[in-house]
Amino acid sequence: MPHIGTVRPRQPADVRVRSLGKEYPSRSGAPVAAMADVDLEIPAGEFVCVVGASGCGKSTLLRILAGFEHATAGSVEVGGLPVTGPDPERGVVFQDYGLFPWLSVRENIAYGPRQARLQRPVVQERTDRFLDAVGLTRFADRFPSELSGGMQQRVAIARVLANDPSLLLMDEPFGALDALTRSSLQGELSRIHRETGTTVLFITHSIEEAVYLADRVVVMAGGAAHGVPGHVREEIRIPLGPDRDVTSAEFNALKRRISALVHQEATAA
Amino acid sequence: MSSTQARPTLVRRRPRGATFLLALPVPALILVFWTIGVQQAWDLPFGIQMGFLPTPWEVGRRLVDLAAGGIVDDAFSGTLPAHLWASTQRVLAGFGLAVALAVPLGVVMGRYSLAFRMLDPTVNLARPIPVTAWAPLTLLIIGYGDGSAIFLVFLAAFFPVLLNTIAGVRQVPPRLIEAAAMLGTRPAQVLYKVVLPASMRSIASGLRVALGLAWVILVVGETVGISTGLGAMITQARDQSKTDLIVAGMIVIGLCGFVADRLLSGALTLVTRRRPTLT
Repeated sequence: MPHIGTVRPRQPADVRVRSLGKEYPSRSGAPVAAMADVDLEIPAGEFVCVVGASGCGKSTLLRILAGFEHATAGSVEVGGLPVTGPDPERGVVFQDYGLFPWLSVRENIAYGPRQARLQRPVVQERTDRFLDAVGLTRFADRFPSELSGGMQQRVAIARVLANDPSLLLMDEPFGALDALTRSSLQGELSRIHRETGTTVLFITHSIEEAVYLADRVVVMAGGAAHGVPGHVREEIRIPLGPDRDVTSAEFNALKRRISALVHQEATAA
Repeated sequence: MSSTQARPTLVRRRPRGATFLLALPVPALILVFWTIGVQQAWDLPFGIQMGFLPTPWEVGRRLVDLAAGGIVDDAFSGTLPAHLWASTQRVLAGFGLAVALAVPLGVVMGRYSLAFRMLDPTVNLARPIPVTAWAPLTLLIIGYGDGSAIFLVFLAAFFPVLLNTIAGVRQVPPRLIEAAAMLGTRPAQVLYKVVLPASMRSIASGLRVALGLAWVILVVGETVGISTGLGAMITQARDQSKTDLIVAGMIVIGLCGFVADRLLSGALTLVTRRRPTLT
């Protein structure tokens, strides 16, 4: 696969989440706390995976970082600036892709640069570069509905990368894909992260995926179903290098440890 | 790449010739039945007395005369272009006005719940009133003439466009709005960049329903106080008991609705450049 290129005008951002809380109004009147006292620091360029049982607030955390939802307590800063709303600096990759079905692959990728009112040749160059980076040059003029799920997710990734984000937010992006596609996309994402150096917050249900991709895994627990607001249970550093071997003993030891942390919660409650 | 390289699935086309041949027998039978029925003066259920009908041949003769003149040589000979043009103008004016108002209103109502809650009850109260029931009042408050006919066409076209636009806009997945926002779409542009294209299919079907209704209501709108127009022509033909002219007028109006629908579909395809939309 070709190289993404070296021009990177935007620096990766660090993330500071301090005593973040989110409450939702409930039918009975008393607000329900989805998440409370979440603290998280991500240095610029780090790849962080968040795992945890359903309802632990990991998606809420991502949505607040994206600017789609507002916290009810605490603060969120990306690159030293408080998050007030969605911004092309924080690219989001959704599980269901969220591509514009009426735009071709090329137009989907060019959408962000065009919105940024970049000059035509720049838009063209960026689009071509990221089409190439995700291996979809041959499919540039297809529409999303004509592509497989894996290819659609590649378009979605290229689409946010074309905006040169300083933070990449990924909400179970490979959750709907088959195992083979999933592992090839994990490899590609790993490579893209090494090349761009962008900070990544990646949410997943798969512990193996987290250990494969992350510099650090954040285990979240709790949630309305457990009677405790969602919170960070533990953070585990993954001291493995690039090109990780999922069959190695170290890899599986980390997997077991995280798995125990995730499941401990579910049975304890 | 591990993923399958999906190609668009094409619907297998049946040979056109066979489709054409299959469509022929039914109209042919109707023509035979019609001709014999008129000649024998059959009495059918509902009290239909076929003896009063013109034969297909008489209708065809009248159609040619209407269009070109020189056969029947009465007041209607060669007047078709004038009637057709007058009616088309009224349909275009009423339909165009309805689209110009209903699409923006529908987008706003579909997108903003405040607007929806304020306007939806009123819309639902006004909508069930048949346009034909508006006709007498319209004639009194607007007066005989173009204005009334155009207003009735406008009313007929307005609600289908409005309701389909609202429905289409409400179906736009929130995900697409989020995607647009995080890609840097300015809030003012979201309607144009995402909401409108995402609800295009629903809006288009509203437009087609509305245009069909516009031709239906046109005939009502042209019945009184108008001298040129297909509805007016039929009304005059009734007053003079010219059944062949009535049937000829019916056929022309039907064809107009058909051609208008094809033209609208073609125009919509051009605008959307055959792009897929939400299903």
